[in-house]
Amino acid sequence: MSLQDLKERNVGTQEYMLVQEDDYPKTGWEEFKQVMKRSIKGELFGGLKITLKIMKEALFNNNMHTVQYPTEKLPISPRYRAVHKLLALLESGENRCIGCGLCEKICISKCIRMDTRIDENSRKEVLEYSINLGRCIFCGYCAEVCPELAIVHGGRYENASEQRAHFGLKEDFLTPLDELKNQQEYDGFGAISPNADERMKKTPLAY
Amino acid sequence: METSIIIETIVKAIIVLAVFSALAGFTTYIERKILAFMQRRLGPMNVGPHGVLQLIADGTKLFCKEDFIPANAVKPIFKIAPIITAATAFIAMTAVPFFPEFEMFGYTVRPIIADVNVGVLFVMGVAGIGLYGPLLAGMSSANKWSLLGGARTAIQLLSYEVVSGLSILAPLMMVGSLSLIDINNYQAGGISDWLIWSQPLAFVLFVMAGFAETNRTPFDLLEHEAEIVAGYATEYSGMRWGMFFIGEYANLFTVCFLISLMFLGGFNDFYFIPGGLAIVLKVMFLIFFFLWTRASWPHIRPDQLMWLCWKILMPLAVINILITGFVMMF
Repeated sequence: MSLQDLKERNVGTQEYMLVQEDDYPKTGWEEFKQVMKRSIKGELFGGLKITLKIMKEALFNNNMHTVQYPTEKLPISPRYRAVHKLLALLESGENRCIGCGLCEKICISKCIRMDTRIDENSRKEVLEYSINLGRCIFCGYCAEVCPELAIVHGGRYENASEQRAHFGLKEDFLTPLDELKNQQEYDGFGAISPNADERMKKTPLAY
Repeated sequence: METSIIIETIVKAIIVLAVFSALAGFTTYIERKILAFMQRRLGPMNVGPHGVLQLIADGTKLFCKEDFIPANAVKPIFKIAPIITAATAFIAMTAVPFFPEFEMFGYTVRPIIADVNVGVLFVMGVAGIGLYGPLLAGMSSANKWSLLGGARTAIQLLSYEVVSGLSILAPLMMVGSLSLIDINNYQAGGISDWLIWSQPLAFVLFVMAGFAETNRTPFDLLEHEAEIVAGYATEYSGMRWGMFFIGEYANLFTVCFLISLMFLGGFNDFYFIPGGLAIVLKVMFLIFFFLWTRASWPHIRPDQLMWLCWKILMPLAVINILITGFVMMF
């Protein structure tokens, strides 16, 4: 499209094509011919053939679109911003959070609340960490700003709960000690999705 | 002798009622499954293995749902309308021979409730009365969508009644009898004797009219949900709604039996397949065809439907009768 077309506001008229390629019948005889042509052409049976082929594919080649949701879930991209997780240090099992408060500060919906104190070793210790998931807009600023990669977005996207106000407490987010061996390190924004190999299509350069 | 006929008839009537009410439920399950596969879905999966118990769940729901009647509805007619649909659908089955005769405990059973010598006429007539179900439901519901559905009932079912009546006239002329058993016996000589070969046009016309009369999807203007919410059934809930659909599926079976009896050789033995099984296979294929078209073909507009009926199908049926008459005369 040229700049001229854009300025003349006839954007889009170039890309359209008419679906009905035949001329509209004018006389009764032409109308009759069109009816006969369409009756004999067997387009309807073409439609039947397509649906039967799809059924065959679905039944015998398992070419289904259905995901049986509660038992089967699609892999979530690392870039997806779901319910938060607090990661623990793999060596000691300690919370990675150093209590710097940056996430609380940057949170634009003000739904993160943390409570800290200085412990006997004069290190900062996090006592409470809660996210009000009813207010959270899942913008991901907290995960981005965290200097220790302590708070990240996990893959759990079901937020249904009886009470939305305070179900994101520290024990909900923090990786439990016995689950520590299953803890996945944060891939970071921009990482490729876990099923990237299946979804990859060859570019023209590959063949 | 007299009492035995009465008892036999009652038993047959109960069996037909029970079997076809159950089949109506089962066909909804089959329909959902086949439509799902044709659209690359799975259909019902959670209730029972592969969802087979879904129909029990659906039935329970229909029975337990609140049965409400709109405030401004014409109450007695609103209540009667679904009964008309279901009743006529089952009454029409009285003159349909489902299977060949068979012996049971030394007693010859004829699987037809009433072998009247005007079988086809009776079935078509009672199926024609079935139009009052949706029509009265639509008119008594006090709802504009229902009213439109009722109006469409009148145009669609009445018009296609004409086509189905005219289209079977030509095969009936060849057979020379209105009894479905006679029509079936006329085609007893194997596959070459089937009426579909001598009356292909009548077959096509009758199948199309059957689609329209049973209110199946390419022609289901009565309850076209994209245009008129649910048409005549908008205000119905619970088992009253369910009765409309039992009626619809019973009609579907009647039409499939009629097509197989009149055009596809009926319950005559088919090579090595015994007659009873042959007709079941034919009916199953026709039911599958009804579902197949539902998945494949789009709805048509009311004006297109009327155009098709009065300008194409009706003249073709008349021409078919004329040609058959001339061929038989000379």
